[in-house]
Amino acid sequence: MKKTHIILLVLIAAAIVVLISYTGDLSSYETIGSAKQKQGKFLNLIVKMDKSIPVQYDPVKDPNLLKFAVQDSLGGKINVVYHNTMPTDMEKSERLVLKGKVQGDVFECSAIVLKCPSKYKDNAAANKNQPVAIAD
Amino acid sequence: MNTSTNAAAVQFIGEHLLPGQLGYFLTILSLVASLVATFSFAKAFYAKEINSQNEWKKLANIAFIIESVAVFICFIILFYVISNHLFEYKYSYMHSDKHMPAQYLLSCFWEGQEGSFLLWSFWHCVLGLLVMNRSDKWKQDSFGVMMVLSFVQFCLATMVVGLYVFGHKIGSSPFSLLRDEMPWPILSRPDYLQLLKDGTGLNTLLQNYWMVIHPPILFLGFASTSIPFGFAVVGLLKKDNKWMVNALPWATFSAGILGLGIMMGAAWAYESLTFGGYWAWDPVENASLVPWLALVAAIHTAMIYRKTETGLRVTYLFFGLSFLLVVYSTFLTRSGILGDTSVHAFTDLGMNGQLLAFLTVFVIPFFVLFFARFKFMADPAKEDAVDSREFWMLVGSLALFLSAVVIISITSIPVYNKIFGTKIAPPEDPAFAHNQVQVFVAIIIGVLSAIGQFLKYKGGSEKGSFIKSISSSLIITAIISAIIFAFVGIAFKEKGVGFLAALFIATVTSVFAIVANSHYWIVILKWKLKSAGASIGHIGFGMVLLGILLSSSNKTVLSWNTTGINVIQKDPNGKSPAGNPMENITLFETIPTDMGKYMVTYVRDTVDNLDKKFFELKFAEKGINKTIKDSFYLYPDVLKNNKGMEGFSANPSSKHYWNKDIFVYVTSFQDHSKEDTVQFKPHQIKIGDSVFYSNGYVKLEKVLVNPNPNRAANVNELVLQMSVHSVTGLAYEAKPAIRLEGMNMTMIPDTIRAQNLILNFNNVVDQTKGILQIGLKESSTLSNLITLKVYEFPFINVLWIGVIVMTFGFMVSTWARVKALKSR
Repeated sequence: MKKTHIILLVLIAAAIVVLISYTGDLSSYETIGSAKQKQGKFLNLIVKMDKSIPVQYDPVKDPNLLKFAVQDSLGGKINVVYHNTMPTDMEKSERLVLKGKVQGDVFECSAIVLKCPSKYKDNAAANKNQPVAIAD
Repeated sequence: MNTSTNAAAVQFIGEHLLPGQLGYFLTILSLVASLVATFSFAKAFYAKEINSQNEWKKLANIAFIIESVAVFICFIILFYVISNHLFEYKYSYMHSDKHMPAQYLLSCFWEGQEGSFLLWSFWHCVLGLLVMNRSDKWKQDSFGVMMVLSFVQFCLATMVVGLYVFGHKIGSSPFSLLRDEMPWPILSRPDYLQLLKDGTGLNTLLQNYWMVIHPPILFLGFASTSIPFGFAVVGLLKKDNKWMVNALPWATFSAGILGLGIMMGAAWAYESLTFGGYWAWDPVENASLVPWLALVAAIHTAMIYRKTETGLRVTYLFFGLSFLLVVYSTFLTRSGILGDTSVHAFTDLGMNGQLLAFLTVFVIPFFVLFFARFKFMADPAKEDAVDSREFWMLVGSLALFLSAVVIISITSIPVYNKIFGTKIAPPEDPAFAHNQVQVFVAIIIGVLSAIGQFLKYKGGSEKGSFIKSISSSLIITAIISAIIFAFVGIAFKEKGVGFLAALFIATVTSVFAIVANSHYWIVILKWKLKSAGASIGHIGFGMVLLGILLSSSNKTVLSWNTTGINVIQKDPNGKSPAGNPMENITLFETIPTDMGKYMVTYVRDTVDNLDKKFFELKFAEKGINKTIKDSFYLYPDVLKNNKGMEGFSANPSSKHYWNKDIFVYVTSFQDHSKEDTVQFKPHQIKIGDSVFYSNGYVKLEKVLVNPNPNRAANVNELVLQMSVHSVTGLAYEAKPAIRLEGMNMTMIPDTIRAQNLILNFNNVVDQTKGILQIGLKESSTLSNLITLKVYEFPFINVLWIGVIVMTFGFMVSTWARVKALKSR
């Protein structure tokens, strides 16, 4: 066996080890119900805002504190605390992906990804904002 | 095309249909011409006789020239449509508006998928014309390369043709009319163009000068990978490896341009996105990096083959993959599959099937051909010398390639989820997941690119013993590294000792790469530029690595929240319970705020004619004894979002020093234009009493009667002298008053802006007991305020200079190889 082959095998083995160890870091998408069972574990929630509870954010008092409530498609509800500014458009967003951990009764969120379908579909966005003739 | 039939009877007013009809015709022409070119070049490639070869060549050349002219004219027409704001065209309506500064018209061109496909196609035409020009020298090979290129062009033409075939829409035309695409009632009116006031505009994030220049460079990089790919296909078909000498300058050119294009994207991200950096391991970024890694690996193995006739399989594989990965990236970024994980993928045009076909039509034939020729590519049976240059070059290339494999495997998680229906999500810290792997690749590449050139092909080192020749580089590296660690340091302790150690080693090895390659260029090549492409490229790459290590590991947050009023119990690292740092600080207009090294003041804001709101921020660096050492102004801005998104998008601003950048952006802002609905709360108070408010207390010190001696005779004033004490220990003075002018009573409230507090003297309740009533109002909309994030990036210039040096190195080696080919 040639030395390059040995090196090749070593490197490929290293790459496989890296990929396998990476799978250990991967997280999962959970429902609010299942997330509550997994206290303190980093996970992702796909939710929408619970509009019945007002969003609390006051940059005067603390620019790094945002509190809001969310619900998922199965009806689960949870309060969220996010130590950052309020993302633009959060209240308009149809879907939120929250990354973080459930601690007690609240979801300690470390990142919010907004899902505006409009962002990914030209036509949907345009249809929502189509021009209309006012004087008809 | 849903309303066109019933709208046929309507005469629309003011439409310009000619450019679109011409455009449609030309896209179809380019589709047909590229197919004819593919076929004719294939015939020329396989022709046995010189006469028939010449005949096919003539036909193929004509077809390709027609195709190129068609694409060029389409390019011009689309630009005409956008720059003249012809909103009857969907592309213009969706991607531009009338208020946009002229320099961004080109950004509109490539904001959408159709325009960027056209751009890609444009570069293929330019490159194809250059290849055709080489047909005398390359002979049969040039027909093969052109065959591949024409076929790529055919595939790209299908993407923009916008035809319906058996009910399936093929491609999306940039020339389609808004009224054909959108089911809006307004569009059936004859005068709809008058009613369409303006287009929906260019995404605010793309309104940046880097977005004018980054896409053309990047797409030139993408397009140019198809030339070495074409050569590799030719080599496999012909079982002949002589193409490599001709392909290498194209490959080095491509790697230089692609690298530059990727890093221009990073510069755009740094200047205009707000994730606080230049690289976030976003899928879109990864998808452009991975072909570059494969291409650089391919260049190195091709050089190994040229010198030692080994390493054929990997060379073919890497050249193949560099193009195939470009196509795969196209699929990832344009199919909308990344929607959940990427912030800046293209919008989904519903062409996923077509994109997948584009991918398969190259991947499957290439690998069939590759494995069919597997035996032919076998290495001659001989033992590799461990002290040879090719051995370590191969190791380095494999490391680059496997790094690419790891990155793309991780980036493809959304694809696995789609195929297998799994629900795998990215890890908690996706950037670190990449960094902890790639830092080792950086170490390997750093060392190998340093020592590689001191070794000779087939063993032995140049000019005496290997150790002797690199020893001076090692000493200089040790000195420079010691200086760096003493004065700059690597301060990234968050991920533990192991990662910190890796960062230290990577810093040393990247310094080693810079020093050893400079040494080689100066001492061994004696400053000769012609042979120095590799050395310069390696110096640049070393600087890129060093710049990344120094700036990212020492990135510091300057805007730790120190003023927060309800400050949550902070842990010693300033982290919130969820682990993310509390990086936002609130600034009130005109009030200087302490931010570590700086006193920062939000001086004022202005709105320009494009609705961009600029915040003037004064940064005063604190010296000893409260003196001010240095002060400067920064102007971060926010721009109202368009395209149906509410809110605003923030544009950072940076102060550049030679050794660091101060990087600031506005995370939210509030101006007092909002309705103030908060009511005054009444309190009864006596002298010496205090009243609490949410952030402290207010004390009535004394009551002054007519303190102003210059008042008019019929005026009486009652002034309350009050002190406001906030929980943070700051004290303010307030003097609300009542003023009696004859029978008219006016109240003069006083405002403590920093506390958002308004004090009012309502009335005197009981004169004998000295009981007064005051009103307290706390309002969040009282003064203008912004929240900010401020970072310091040390030595980021090393990265940017490194990119320039590396690109220069690639260009030097391209130039040297072209020159060598000409002199043969």
